[in-house]
Amino acid sequence: MIVLELFWAFFQIGLFSVGGGYAAMPLIQEQVIDKFHWMTVSEFTDLITISQMTPGPIAINSASFIGARMAGIPGALIATVGCVLPSCVIVSVIALLYKRYSSLTLIDGVLKGIRPAVVGMIASAALTMMQASWFADTLASVGGVDVAAVLIFAAAFFVLRKWKPSPILVMSAAGGCGLLVYGLLDLLGKG
Amino acid sequence: MKRDSKLYGTLFLQTLKLSAFTFGGGYVIISLMKKQFVDKLGWMNEKEMLDYTAIAQSSPGAIAVNAAILVGYNLGGVLGALVAIVGTVLPPLVILTAISYVYSAFMSIKAIQYIMLGMQAGVVAVICDVVWGLTQSIWKENRYVAVVVALLAFGATAIFSVNVMLVVVLCALFGAAMYGRGEKK
Repeated sequence: MIVLELFWAFFQIGLFSVGGGYAAMPLIQEQVIDKFHWMTVSEFTDLITISQMTPGPIAINSASFIGARMAGIPGALIATVGCVLPSCVIVSVIALLYKRYSSLTLIDGVLKGIRPAVVGMIASAALTMMQASWFADTLASVGGVDVAAVLIFAAAFFVLRKWKPSPILVMSAAGGCGLLVYGLLDLLGKG
Repeated sequence: MKRDSKLYGTLFLQTLKLSAFTFGGGYVIISLMKKQFVDKLGWMNEKEMLDYTAIAQSSPGAIAVNAAILVGYNLGGVLGALVAIVGTVLPPLVILTAISYVYSAFMSIKAIQYIMLGMQAGVVAVICDVVWGLTQSIWKENRYVAVVVALLAFGATAIFSVNVMLVVVLCALFGAAMYGRGEKK
């Protein structure tokens, strides 16, 4: 039953992604790509790109997108509900504890343990996406390496570190460069 | 505050509006919530908002959704929390569902493929930049222990394909044992 699988997959994603934002990325990758094969790494990278340019958290965006893709609108609804459900219960419990004890050394400790691991796991997810982008078979591939992708990555990373612009801006520019470079190669190849 | 249909209506519209216009994740929505709910509407004070931020960040799930649950519950009980969740989730749900329907057709256009190839390279750079920033902040917080844990988690998931949920649980236990029992700061 695809709908049940969607619910269960996103329930786990909702339950184990602590720290917001990119923390959900390794979990989504594990469930959606490795376990259920609902999408490829390249499609997943597209999804993260789309998530960056549309409102909403990555986890909810992924639940809606993948749910709709696998099982239409009911799929989108059920995956999203699965993703939100753990939050509803756990936030209420933590809020209650927080009100009673105000400072929670235990939860602080748990977070202190998880936070570095989340960074490591995001890096690991980034590595998978990097491999998919750099070693793709495209018009700019030389010996298996997509030279254009590596150059766009390097330029984007440099600009991000140096001037700290909005990621949306950087990705739009990267998209423009992609259109220019691959489009030109396409035209040259035909001509 | 009176818990009538007007309150729930306002709550729904406010969370919907915030969610629809928030690009770029949880921390952005928290600062917008502060502006709207604390400064403009006076639904809560600054201290409460800071507490909510802490809880939203320490709970599993998306920060925006967690914060909406807290604000909604505080204003209108369980129904308020539900209304706030629906308001927050609806914009991404509708937008991404629509995108998923046109995605395949869209991706068959060559120009779009080229743009997406460029963007894939760009988004990897964005995530690497995020990892860089996060590494600096965990270094500041906990130095070598944090970096070792990060490297172990990276190696475990990247090289040995260890289950991500297992890593989260183990690190939670480690954190609880290591830092969870000390005196309050």
